[in-house]
Amino acid sequence: MSLVLEVNKKQKGKDSWEEPFYLNMGPQHPSTHGVLRLFLELEGETIVNCDPIIGYLHRGIEKLAENLNYNQTIVLSDRLDYISSAANNVAFALAFEKLLRLEVPRRAKLIRTIVSEMARICSHLLWLATHALDIGAMTVFLYCFRDREWLLNIYERICGARLTHSYVRVGGVRRDFEPEVIEELYRFVEEFPKRITDYETLIDTNRIWLKRTKNIAVVSTEEAFNLGLTGPCLRGSGVSYDVRKFRPYDAYSEVEFEVPIGQNGDTYDRYRVRMIELRQSNWIIKQCLDRLSETEGEAVLAENSPDLLMPEKVREVSAQPHPKLGVMFKPKEKEIVPVGEAFASIESPKGELSVYVVSDGSSRPWRLRIRTPSFVHISAISHMTKGHMIADLVAIIGTLDIVLGDSDR
Amino acid sequence: MEDLWSNLFWFLAGTVILLIVSLLHVAYLTYAERKIIARMQQRLGPNRVGPRGLLQPIADMLKLLTKEDIIPAQVDRPVFYIAPFISLVCAGTGIALVPLWENFVISNINVGLLFILALSSLSAYGVILSGWASNSRYAFLGGLRASAQVISYEIAMSLALLSVVLMAGSLNLGDIVRAQINSPFKVYLIPQLIGFFVFIVSAVAECNRTPFDLPEAETELVAGYFVEYSGMRFALFYLAEYFGMLVMSALAVTCFLGGWAGPFEVPYVPFFWFVVKVYALLFFYIWIRATLPRYRYDQLMDLGWKVLIPLGLINLFLTALIKLIF
Repeated sequence: MSLVLEVNKKQKGKDSWEEPFYLNMGPQHPSTHGVLRLFLELEGETIVNCDPIIGYLHRGIEKLAENLNYNQTIVLSDRLDYISSAANNVAFALAFEKLLRLEVPRRAKLIRTIVSEMARICSHLLWLATHALDIGAMTVFLYCFRDREWLLNIYERICGARLTHSYVRVGGVRRDFEPEVIEELYRFVEEFPKRITDYETLIDTNRIWLKRTKNIAVVSTEEAFNLGLTGPCLRGSGVSYDVRKFRPYDAYSEVEFEVPIGQNGDTYDRYRVRMIELRQSNWIIKQCLDRLSETEGEAVLAENSPDLLMPEKVREVSAQPHPKLGVMFKPKEKEIVPVGEAFASIESPKGELSVYVVSDGSSRPWRLRIRTPSFVHISAISHMTKGHMIADLVAIIGTLDIVLGDSDR
Repeated sequence: MEDLWSNLFWFLAGTVILLIVSLLHVAYLTYAERKIIARMQQRLGPNRVGPRGLLQPIADMLKLLTKEDIIPAQVDRPVFYIAPFISLVCAGTGIALVPLWENFVISNINVGLLFILALSSLSAYGVILSGWASNSRYAFLGGLRASAQVISYEIAMSLALLSVVLMAGSLNLGDIVRAQINSPFKVYLIPQLIGFFVFIVSAVAECNRTPFDLPEAETELVAGYFVEYSGMRFALFYLAEYFGMLVMSALAVTCFLGGWAGPFEVPYVPFFWFVVKVYALLFFYIWIRATLPRYRYDQLMDLGWKVLIPLGLINLFLTALIKLIF
């Protein structure tokens, strides 16, 4: 608002009144995907300047984690990007496992891969739904939600929760899949490619859709690097970078999949990349399901994984010689978690999600730092919207696929 | 003297009946839209109030009537009060000029077509004024978009209708239908295919319906020009939109689809074919709403000025040429 006052002051004595048209979009607005606030400077409908203002959903997750033990921290990760919480769980668990030097059983790895890819499909479906709705196609929205509902029901069957799963545990997963779940997943995997074709027939060749997405918010390869984009947004600009391929985690090294890339780096390319990713995710789930039968009956949690309730401090009582009193039993604090630091990054549906954790030996992280894709992507909005119109701004927010829970933490 | 009184009585009775019937149509058009779109989107739609949700429009109306009429402090009051009425009256009056069947038209004037065009242009004032008077930035942008839309589409629409006038040789809507019935194809749809296309696209834009619902673009401008309205004033804008659809469909039926005429006569129901055609067009409106995304403001003006107006001009020229030769 200070900007407005400044302009008013400058132009007070003059005859002409050329104040720019300011528009405050959000934090309550149907298409800012949560509580993003955009302060726009307009010229007609063209955007001269766009200031994204975040922080309306700040919950202090990084600080909260310092007061919770490692297994409890997983619950916080659900609340980051609440659309794909399974993927966040995996990121946290991977970092903690590195710290604890745990080896995860193969079956747990496969199950984790399945739930992460399910999360990717969920997230991309929600993205497609809202992106299409923002551009005005209402029907796609409900079709996508219909199929997302199917996946959420499977999640409910797996772990009892639909949105905030906390299904992944440090050292594996909470419980094994039931046979019904595997059957249902097979049904889903068979049916889903047809559904993707449905969405594509609705919008892919629609002239209005093409007009609204082609050559909108073009990001060149260099710009994409400079803006720090990751995930589908980076791949849309023609960079073949995927954490699942470059630093494989869980079972990604043993499954086959392709990394789609775009050419022009416009909104349409990013849309295409995500549509292909939906198919690839579907394929990955299918491969993992096939492999699950090989590991029938194996444990899904590492034997030496920490308990859910980790002790705050463990005192080791040892006999120590004392010069005057003879032998004395002196308590000494024992390390629960090795002192050190660990870093893990995964390909979350929205981009690269990294977790960096520092341990001081207690059962709680001394510091937990999360690098979330949405936060970085929001900073790209002001660059990408320059010279575009309000209607495009809505499409750009959609194409970046931001979640404010992810950005504000 | 006796004659005058009975004439006046029938005129008033006809007006009241038409008003009630068209208001009911508008109310149930909202219901039909919700039901049809729900079916297209694999939902159920309204099904709680009354059997199959049939009383939903009435419940909605009662709810909106009893809501508080909020008037924000900063608005330009007189204009803010008047704007919804301008919209509704201008959108709704047109129905009085459309011949529903052979000898039934409330107001049979010789410049009927011109009058309807004038009214539909005026109804845009409701939108623009409400956008201005609301003193809200979203509403202002909505009003701005509406005015841009009006100047891009009114011309194309007039050009399309001008060709019809050229063929029929009259501005009276009844005469236009009679001229169609006597023409070789029975309807003007076939010789005026381009004109019909231009007219339908412009009519969708005229009613602010998807894909041209820019003034109220929900995901961009929240609700556009009526963002500050509540209660019954808000409902008036809605009524105006659906009334606009009804009038535009009736006009399309009259000018291009042969009005009340049909392949065979239906006994005792002289308006049968007229109503069937209007319903078909209304279904078309609803159908495209479920299918298409929204145009951008400048793309819409491109479409208006670079495609529809040239098409309308070519069509007018061809019509005049053919008329000259034969």
